[in-house]
Amino acid sequence: MTTTEAVIRVEKLTKRYGAKEAIRGISFDVPGGQVLGFIGPNGAGKTTTMKILTCFIAPTSGSAQVAGLDISAHSLEVRRKIGYLPEDTPLYHDLTVLEFLQFAAALRQVDPERRRDRIRSASDVCGLGGVMAQRVGELSKGYRQRVGLAQALIHDPPILILDEPTSGLDPNQIVEIRELIKEIGREKTVILSSHILPIVEATCGRIILIHRGELIADGTIDDVVREHGEERVFLRLADGAPAEQVLDRLGGVEHVKGCRAADDGYLLALEGRDGDDLRADIHGCVKDNGWTLLMLESRSTGLEDVFRKLTAQGPEADQM
Amino acid sequence: MSNTLTIFRRELGSYFNSPIGHIVVTAFLVGIAYLWIEVSQVFVEGEASLRGYFYWAPFIFTLFVPAVTMRLLAEEKQNGTLELLITMPVSDWQVVLGKFFAGLAVIALAVVLTLVFPLTLSQFGDLDWGSVVGGYLGLLLLAAAYVAIGLMASSWTSDQVVSFIIAWGITFSLWLFGKLIPLMPAAVAPIVEYISLDTHFSNIAKGVIDSRDIVYYLSLIVACLFLAVQSLDSRRWK
Repeated sequence: MTTTEAVIRVEKLTKRYGAKEAIRGISFDVPGGQVLGFIGPNGAGKTTTMKILTCFIAPTSGSAQVAGLDISAHSLEVRRKIGYLPEDTPLYHDLTVLEFLQFAAALRQVDPERRRDRIRSASDVCGLGGVMAQRVGELSKGYRQRVGLAQALIHDPPILILDEPTSGLDPNQIVEIRELIKEIGREKTVILSSHILPIVEATCGRIILIHRGELIADGTIDDVVREHGEERVFLRLADGAPAEQVLDRLGGVEHVKGCRAADDGYLLALEGRDGDDLRADIHGCVKDNGWTLLMLESRSTGLEDVFRKLTAQGPEADQM
Repeated sequence: MSNTLTIFRRELGSYFNSPIGHIVVTAFLVGIAYLWIEVSQVFVEGEASLRGYFYWAPFIFTLFVPAVTMRLLAEEKQNGTLELLITMPVSDWQVVLGKFFAGLAVIALAVVLTLVFPLTLSQFGDLDWGSVVGGYLGLLLLAAAYVAIGLMASSWTSDQVVSFIIAWGITFSLWLFGKLIPLMPAAVAPIVEYISLDTHFSNIAKGVIDSRDIVYYLSLIVACLFLAVQSLDSRRWK
């Protein structure tokens, strides 16, 4: 499926539990074939949004359409189009992997004639060939995650929604699942949520940052970092340079927006330099003042810095 | 309908994949045998009748059926598998009906195993098979009603123990009211008689299949299953 039309449309989605608002006015569109990452602190509303899209709970207000179908009016058809893996990968531990996938295939309305092929295909993609006869409860967490992914894929849905698909996995297992998701993402529309940013960076073409129920950033990773992050240069001088003078002189260099002491040196925030490398100018300033340079390097903010800045609770948000 | 069957088969299998199914059925058989032989003294009385069995069965069902139904929905909520199930393209009625029939099948299996009682008795004397068949039919209807009550209780909580207690509380109260009818004032008695599961059961046990009794049981079953579906559905209300 490679259409670029929106396959998921969310408009002003709000969910209130009594007095508490879990999500408030969330709106976004997802074009076909995109791999979208939901990021945000725990409790931000990522899971709530997913539970609404998968028809597990109803929104308090707002609407959502999946593949052109409204989630309230056409709940059954919407559920056919989605493969969902809930947080913590709940599975039936007493069934064998094969029995579980047969159960999933039946309930996900896979044609009886196609079931054996679909089960084989899903278990191949997820690497379950060797464990089909084992009970789900006996598998390691990594394998259980794969079973969870397999049941989400079993009916070959156009849309996959995965809630924290790597939680509780060790670094090796995380890489395996990440590669699996990348592979799946080539042909399907995927929404995944994670608070492990490297996974999102490795698999997602676009991210949405949700904090305290609100959507506060939306775009490709590069766009979001560029919009909310900052260009920075770090400078370390040999002992003896008077602090106030350094701050004063460096602040005078063109495009240097701010300067503060940090990390045994000085962190300079830059602005509007349009790709010019200011390190030469800064070096020039250092030489002119007769200081001894120990270290000069660019440090642009990454996704993690943007995440922390946008989701920080207080005075931290004002600092660079 | 095939969704209901899929859920039914999975649920029935899960009872016997773990020791629970075997233990509960065995405990029931031991319990009812004790009550029948020791408490109602059937071999002492010397009469080839299952009256004692049919007297005590509804009581022991108030313990046995909730033990079987307590996990039907409560366990899924606790494990998180309810979220997996409900987000598949299945309707709430299919889920409830599949689980209802699975619970009923387990009880029915236990009841069928008690056929050894009348078969034994018939070796010793003349058994009125007509009333035995009627009694077993009534017992199955009673069991179905209890299962529906138990499933409804399980839909209200994610704690299996609470589910058991609620289901036992309701079925035991209904049983007790039936036994207390002779003590009630004349004005109230007919009402309690109608509500009591026991009355309708004893009607059927006498060999009389009255449509009013069937209607009573079916209404109760449908009402409880409906409430269970509403409980599942409530998460989708705004």
